[in-house]
Amino acid sequence: MGRAGTIARRSFMIGSAAILGGIAFGAYKLRQEPPNPLVPGKGQETLNPYILIDGDGVTIITPRAEMGQGNQTTLAAMVAEELDLAWGSFRIMHGPPAAAYANRVLLGAGLPFKDYEERSSIQQMFERVLEDVPKLLALQVTGGSTAMRDGFVKMRVAGASARAVLMETAARKWGVEATSLRTRDGVVLAPDGKRATYSELAPLAIDIVPPQNPPLKPASQWRYLGKSMPRLDQRAKVTGTAAYAIDTRLDGMLFATIRISPRLGGEMRKFDAETARRMPGVKKIVDLGNGVGVIATNTWLAFKAAEAIDIDWGPAPYPADTDGIFARIEQAFSQPQNATLRDDGDPDRIFAANPDQVVTAQYRAPFLAHTTMEPMNATAFLDGNRLKIWAGNQSPVINRNKAAEAVGLPPEAVELTTPFLGGGFGRRSEFDFSRYAALMAKAMPGTPVKTTWRREEDITHDFYRPGALARFRAVMGKDGPVALEGRIAAPSVTRQSSARLAGFAPPGPDRGLVEGAFDQPYGIPNYRIIGHIADLDIPVGYWRSVGNSYNGFFHECFLDELAAARGLDPVEMRLRLMKDVHEPSLKVVEKVAEMARWEGSTASGVGRGIAFTYSFGAPTAEIVEVRDSPEGIRITNVWAATDVGVALDPRNIRGQIMSGVIYGLSAAVMGEITFADGMVEQQNFPDYDALRMNNAPAIAVEVLENKKRLCGIGEPGTPPAMPALANALFDLTGKRARELPLSRMFDFA
Amino acid sequence: MELTVNGKTYNVDVPPDMPLLWVLRDELGLAGTKFGCGVAACGACTVHVGGQAVRSCVTPVADVDGPVTTIKGIGTPQALSIIQQAWIENQVAQCGYCQSGQIMQAAALLAENPAPTDDDIDAAMEGNLCRCGTYPRIRAAIHAAARRLQEG
Repeated sequence: MGRAGTIARRSFMIGSAAILGGIAFGAYKLRQEPPNPLVPGKGQETLNPYILIDGDGVTIITPRAEMGQGNQTTLAAMVAEELDLAWGSFRIMHGPPAAAYANRVLLGAGLPFKDYEERSSIQQMFERVLEDVPKLLALQVTGGSTAMRDGFVKMRVAGASARAVLMETAARKWGVEATSLRTRDGVVLAPDGKRATYSELAPLAIDIVPPQNPPLKPASQWRYLGKSMPRLDQRAKVTGTAAYAIDTRLDGMLFATIRISPRLGGEMRKFDAETARRMPGVKKIVDLGNGVGVIATNTWLAFKAAEAIDIDWGPAPYPADTDGIFARIEQAFSQPQNATLRDDGDPDRIFAANPDQVVTAQYRAPFLAHTTMEPMNATAFLDGNRLKIWAGNQSPVINRNKAAEAVGLPPEAVELTTPFLGGGFGRRSEFDFSRYAALMAKAMPGTPVKTTWRREEDITHDFYRPGALARFRAVMGKDGPVALEGRIAAPSVTRQSSARLAGFAPPGPDRGLVEGAFDQPYGIPNYRIIGHIADLDIPVGYWRSVGNSYNGFFHECFLDELAAARGLDPVEMRLRLMKDVHEPSLKVVEKVAEMARWEGSTASGVGRGIAFTYSFGAPTAEIVEVRDSPEGIRITNVWAATDVGVALDPRNIRGQIMSGVIYGLSAAVMGEITFADGMVEQQNFPDYDALRMNNAPAIAVEVLENKKRLCGIGEPGTPPAMPALANALFDLTGKRARELPLSRMFDFA
Repeated sequence: MELTVNGKTYNVDVPPDMPLLWVLRDELGLAGTKFGCGVAACGACTVHVGGQAVRSCVTPVADVDGPVTTIKGIGTPQALSIIQQAWIENQVAQCGYCQSGQIMQAAALLAENPAPTDDDIDAAMEGNLCRCGTYPRIRAAIHAAARRLQEG
């Protein structure tokens, strides 16, 4: 049993994976490499799951979805760096659904440890074991800001290993030692001037065993990594030629939409589609059980017909309105806790000894939708016993398997293609869009059907960032908190998504519930963070930065309140709390203060706030500046500093932080999903808006490299933006916001 | 019904109230123009009709009274327009889904105002939503394209 036995007895809650079931296969299976899923066509050779070579050159297969983060460019750069390809001389494609593309670091990132601390041997052991499990579970998931950490070694090894094979091939062909050869931009070169392109050599490479541990270039020799490389998707994306799933076009295709119960998870009692059925161009009305679909000759007709169907919806399986829903979340505080993932010192003793000194605050964060720019959609084609599906998704194996299940085919009968994603933010880690598209195709066998959701359907059928409540209390000393306790209550994204994606909800500590609060590098001597899981059947899911998105707001607003109550500078207080705990975190706070020329006071009509969140391995500090104007409060400037360990593409990293800041500020200013009569009230961008050109701030970003471990950057920009804005508004107005969105309390320009 | 799109004339047989967006995407297969909201609230579907930027998702095809230009009529991967070059130089796009509409809106702005100020850019572009938050680079790209266009 060994390791596996040890883990099976512990019930860690990890990502969305069926960890216990996976471990049961034993160590042998765990260590076995999954087969290469690439099937070379005529004239093509594949050297490993990431590289395909044919007469036209090299194609790099990236294991993660490109949804805007630029990861395809940087993952390809890792291969190109070691394989020695000219920039832009290769093609890139998303990997098909396959265990070979499993995300090895996803589960480790879900372990309930504080990332900033040195890893103990037991933690390292867990992480190592958890690197193998995703292969068994085929956890090919883009999420948790893990693509760089997951790809950094394996993509470079793929490139280096393929290069070694091509050099050995040339050596045999020319009867020379491989060590006498060199490569340059896709060509193997011999000292005597002989040369052969990779395309020429690849067909001859069949018998050569690739080295498993080829030497990798030291960072000092990198020509692509560590540099700001031109992204490889830009030309397609500025000419309208980048293919998203919604652009899929097949011969004879029909167009569809769906209307699912707006009382999420509720039943459809009956429907009357007579009017819709008679509309010209409508081909079929499909009873989906919990809703209806319409197939028509174009998408507009499908939309119109769907709206014309009269449907009697059953009740929702959760309280009907926002107040009732938050009352249910509040009840979780009186239920047994899920876990106390930070429990330092003895806060109770301090609170009991200083009853008059206890500062308390309660916070609330709303449910949020993702609103990717490309609405949910997928195209499916049931052709005999084969199903083809095109879906912008963050979890290809799960999407394929669930689509297969929906039409009663085995997974291997389903071919899934992942085009560019028009935004993901966690929404596309779900599979509902693929499943519904498969069901619509099943209703029209032999005809490809594209199922596009109306924006209203998209917003009202999301897997929402959960609403959350927090109760904080603290006792302040001269320089900062002596004791701090936070209790957080929210529905569990981890449990709910595990049940959906893997079939069961693992017990144990839920890291996602309290991340952004329990794992912050503050040396508070008596420090406790407790999570309570609220029992609520509203669909919740991974929303950019997950638990950090609400816990960052709670924790950092509370620290700001504590500092203000004692007249302490919030930057200096944080620096003192981080001293001797985590130097790289301290450095990002110093850096952001320097960038903003933080002085601790602002002119009349100007407010500034700071916040810091350590998330996904990246300590990130942000300062927001707001100004009064005749039209209302303007968010004028944001300064952000982060530390990614190794900055693989500095310009792209800055772009990701800016993106995360605007995503966070949008939620903080105006993001709110509310419920009435069991239904989501917001319908479209007029009532679920985000920042735009005219109200987005100027943003400056600095990227530091003091941390040891490399990390990703898709999410860490988001959490500190919300509390930094709330703290800036306090500085400007003296009013303390403990609820989001802030537009409830403040008038923004 | 006759429709001129990117210099090419099409005969389409569709209801007069069908939005131009869906005629372009579903009937003519011109998928560079994107569906975002259907209510003229995000700008992803922006095209030019007679040189004016319009939201094609709420423009009935019967009301189209001039030649239509889509993102594919602005430039191609092989022959980029100045504005598209500026977008690439500034590495604007992230997910890229809104960028067809952003570029069409910016092109209409530059045609009318060859040297827009930041306020002009705010006013012209505020109808175009970008959930990736690429606004700072869109602004920089518009300024860069304006300079290039003025240099001739």
